[in-house]
Amino acid sequence: MSYVKCLRGKESGIEYPITPRTSCDLDFSPVEVVYDYERMKGRVTRKSIEAGPQSLWRYKDLLPIEGEPKTGFHSGWTPLVRANRLAAELGLKELYIKDDSGNRPSFSYKDRVVAVAITKALEFGFKAVGCASTGNLAHSVAAHAAIAGLPSYVMVPYDLEEGKIVAMRVCGPNLVRIKGNYDDVNRLCSQIADKYGWGLVNVNLRPFYTEGAKTHGHEIAEQLGWRLPKHTVLPVAGGTILPKVHKGYQEFIQLGLVEDNQPVFHAAQAEGCCPVAKAIREGKSDFKPQKPNTIAKSIAIGNPADGQYVIQDIKKTGGFAATANDSEIIDAIQLLAKTEGIFTEPAGGTTLACAIKLINDGRIPRDEPVCICITGNGLKTIEAMNGRFPHVEPIEPRMDAFDAMMNSMPARADAN
Amino acid sequence: MPTVTIPAALRPQVDGLSEITVAGASVGELLLKLKDQYPAFGAKLYKADGALNRFVNVYVNNEDIRFMDDLDTQVTDRDEVAIIPAIAGG
Repeated sequence: MSYVKCLRGKESGIEYPITPRTSCDLDFSPVEVVYDYERMKGRVTRKSIEAGPQSLWRYKDLLPIEGEPKTGFHSGWTPLVRANRLAAELGLKELYIKDDSGNRPSFSYKDRVVAVAITKALEFGFKAVGCASTGNLAHSVAAHAAIAGLPSYVMVPYDLEEGKIVAMRVCGPNLVRIKGNYDDVNRLCSQIADKYGWGLVNVNLRPFYTEGAKTHGHEIAEQLGWRLPKHTVLPVAGGTILPKVHKGYQEFIQLGLVEDNQPVFHAAQAEGCCPVAKAIREGKSDFKPQKPNTIAKSIAIGNPADGQYVIQDIKKTGGFAATANDSEIIDAIQLLAKTEGIFTEPAGGTTLACAIKLINDGRIPRDEPVCICITGNGLKTIEAMNGRFPHVEPIEPRMDAFDAMMNSMPARADAN
Repeated sequence: MPTVTIPAALRPQVDGLSEITVAGASVGELLLKLKDQYPAFGAKLYKADGALNRFVNVYVNNEDIRFMDDLDTQVTDRDEVAIIPAIAGG
């Protein structure tokens, strides 16, 4: 038996039974899964979690499924990297990278939310699943639908990176390319949900889907030895992950699994799509939508549905927001790879670039523990690196050709 | 008259209609008329202070009115107005 009590309107407080639901009937605000935390106390413990599988399902008691997981058996439980070389570069004392670029099976944080949504879709008896996506979600839905044996319909903007399109298509979804940006895709998908009886992970399965994002935060806390970093930096697109990582930390505090160190959240957005960061910097409680124009396509959402909850959590925890332009994003992708060997997509470059700005501006003190959350993989967006590296002329397979090449190189770090 | 598309979640408040034609020169005018005609619909569309519910997006010919003149956005007989609840990221 699960610890789930009901769904509750985030603004209205109205309670609903556990059924597919897009939003609150009264005001269209999001609905949130409510759990019986009192009953969890003494039952959901460090020990019970540590005895679980090495996947996000080790936090099953804190997820809204009733039966056994149906997919995502290898999703989550991604590395928390102690990033000492990057820390030295940035002058930080204690830096961690939560690395979802290696998440399974589709190499982004979306495998967390989709594992929960598709398990839930099967519990509800949906015969097909789908989503509106900037690419990573579509890839994840296609992959998990394949695992679950369900047909899928994935709706994406027409101008996605080739790597993402190929990676999702190979899983066999029905791909729908839409002439417009994500916000156009999103709007159409909401109308499709009204007409077709599919389980759309970020529409009528949204309350369950978003819960999966908490596990990114649960893992940071557990992998840090059951403590919280003082600062957590997350990218903001639709506004799902930041409030949910916050909720994940708060759940652990409430259950007595970690000490409350008053964790602070910071938001990262691309300069070409920064409605939330702009509102935070201007001290506003709501954002104005924007038309995205950025290399960071996976976070190019100009009208984020949960944007105001990001703003609330940033304000509440005393954090701040930063933005990065395309060239800063690419520089940060390279810095992360050169110091830690992690190749992230432009969304991850955005997060690191913004973290650097927050450090340099004194918003993140250098002597406090920091976790930077990397949510996607650079191999899906290689065109972002176009023109970044000089051409390498091939040489003949002979030693003299190699020696000649070495002699023509500038001074080397490994020279005697 | 301009046509207003009603999302499934709001149809119970407008006698089950998916589209309504209503006269008016601006988006605000159209919506106020609908509010008068269907008070239960109006109660969901507007907050107590008279501002538009922030979880509802309004589009004219597929463009969000916040990129135009908001509720003052002008409409003609050929324009299609759509009311669509916001959905999560992806």
